[in-house]
Amino acid sequence: MKVTFPHLGSLSIALTGLFTDLGLEVIAPPPITKKTISLGVLHAPEFACFPLKISLGNFIEALEAGADTLVMIGGTGPCRLGYYAQVQKEILRDLGYDFKMIIFEPPQGQLNKLINEIKTITTNCSSFKVLQAIHTVWRKVKALDKLHARSLQIRPRELECGATTAAYQQSLALISEAHTPQAVTVQLKKGMQLLNSVACDWQKKVLRIGLVGEIYMLLEPYANLQLERTLGEMGVEVERSVYLSDWIKEHLILNTLHFPGGLKTKRAAAPYLNHFVGGHGWESVGDTVRYARRGYDGVIHILPFTCTPEIVAKSILPTVSREQGIPVLSFSLDEQTGEAGFRTRLEAFIDLLAGTTLVN
Amino acid sequence: MKITVGIPRALLYYHYYPAWEAFFRSLGAEVVLSDETTKAILDAGVHLAVDETCLPVKLYLGHLVNLRDKGVDYIFAPRVVSVEERKYLCPKFLGLPEIARFCVPDLPELLTVEINVHQQYRRTISGLYQLAARFDRRPWKARLALRAAERAQECYEKRLKEGLTPYDVLSGKGLVKKHGSMKVAVLGHAYNVNDPFISLGIIEKLRAMGVEIVTSEMLRSEEINTGADKLEKGIFWTFGHLLMGAGLHFLQQQEIVGLILVAAFGCGPDSLTCELVERFYKRRRSIPVLLVTLDEHTGEAGLVTRLEAFVDMLRWRKAV
Repeated sequence: MKVTFPHLGSLSIALTGLFTDLGLEVIAPPPITKKTISLGVLHAPEFACFPLKISLGNFIEALEAGADTLVMIGGTGPCRLGYYAQVQKEILRDLGYDFKMIIFEPPQGQLNKLINEIKTITTNCSSFKVLQAIHTVWRKVKALDKLHARSLQIRPRELECGATTAAYQQSLALISEAHTPQAVTVQLKKGMQLLNSVACDWQKKVLRIGLVGEIYMLLEPYANLQLERTLGEMGVEVERSVYLSDWIKEHLILNTLHFPGGLKTKRAAAPYLNHFVGGHGWESVGDTVRYARRGYDGVIHILPFTCTPEIVAKSILPTVSREQGIPVLSFSLDEQTGEAGFRTRLEAFIDLLAGTTLVN
Repeated sequence: MKITVGIPRALLYYHYYPAWEAFFRSLGAEVVLSDETTKAILDAGVHLAVDETCLPVKLYLGHLVNLRDKGVDYIFAPRVVSVEERKYLCPKFLGLPEIARFCVPDLPELLTVEINVHQQYRRTISGLYQLAARFDRRPWKARLALRAAERAQECYEKRLKEGLTPYDVLSGKGLVKKHGSMKVAVLGHAYNVNDPFISLGIIEKLRAMGVEIVTSEMLRSEEINTGADKLEKGIFWTFGHLLMGAGLHFLQQQEIVGLILVAAFGCGPDSLTCELVERFYKRRRSIPVLLVTLDEHTGEAGLVTRLEAFVDMLRWRKAV
């Protein structure tokens, strides 16, 4: 069994570790390139959302590299993500690939189904080993998120352009070497030291921008055209509202136990939108309000083209921006997006924010 | 003077209007419908909506403008989250009252009751009673109104099963005569297929070519469910389930000679369900499929050409 999975930011580090620890052979899809996107776009439905196309490209490239077991998550709607796996499976079948697809559905009160799915890939492991592997991967996800958040604070203040990105890459490599929960903690400390040793000008005045929007587009740097890095190197401190560890905590743990999660964000959104709309639409509105209250200079909203939940948010955000007094820029991205146009719009937005801050 | 409640002739109008009308009538309100779709109504909606919103939602906003200009007291804009167990409507219906409120200026008060059968059944019922209480405080009146709505809806759905499209029934035209012998299924959201303006009269055009139309509304729910049961994982959108179930039912029965899928550009659920239906039909290689994508730029001549070509092709296949 040669396992593979779609890319999502630094997730491949955590998942490669997890499946290796479970004694499986892993073939991670090659890094996302133009070719991945072309393959995805060629075979995916025309106006399916961008994440479906990219992950389909990942699967095709991994299958070509010899993988035979695809791991994907499911969902219960109303966001389209919940039906990705089914559609991708049929497309890949029509393309003539021979593979097995393992889809992890949210438990919805029936834990045994999920446990059975897990058992299918952990046949030759003791329960202790499985639990330890899960513990390790959870710590890894949290560690990766911490390193990422720190890199966003350091990058705008670095003295030498690119130093933070280099240190961040090294720290990711450190995490991938860890195979026990304790080792992850040790490696995280080392990674943090690496990041903190980047030469910085801490007196520098920087703009602060919050990123909101759809989770895949926020987490996958190739999909959002390296937005965080670009902004950081322009001297903007970015905070991302969505992290994978928060998502897992809210959706896989709290919601399964019927606890509501993300209450602060939902309360902040209430005057504008007091109902879930699938995906991250509700959070996008709430987080924008919260960034305004925390005195951020602006908000950038990222969505894949035709994403229904985010279109609801996009319809509401102009009003939020006006009433809360925070500039908001929405980017709807897909395979058609040109990098130069994207950069120009970003620069114009930053200039505008810098101008307002200077006047005040 | 009677209180007037405006109902936009768009989106769920095609599914539930008879029930809504009966509900408000029996509470003593006057129901005002927006006008039939025109270019001006659509343009008003396109102008107000976020550019990548789908066509039917843009049209909905246009109808809201039309109602606002008619000076109604309220507009009925329910938040329909779920109408059956374990299934939702498209996310845009979940946020529809907000899209309306923040995109269309100077609207009269919106009556936004939440319909959520899957998660909040009891709250849905109490919400309906609260809505009724705004017109008449006597609870038995509310009960009567709900019963009237239920009866009107049943009667409406019965007529659909007789082989009429929602537009046939709602426009009061009824079925003029049984058309042609060639049976073609037209599948798509009722609010796209049945609006003669945005679908460019696809139903009428096909009928004029001597085609008998079947739609998913004409099927019994058991037929839809047996069709959809062939899937490994059920579809969690009510309308997607309808489309998929009907598609697979027709594929299995082989009683149609062609399938026309009608989708609005950028429709989230349809991007996946239509894709799957198309793939299943392609694998069987027995029934040809035509996919028509609608948006505000759709040209009538192009559509007519494609329909004619498709129908000609079906006739030749039959002759051969």
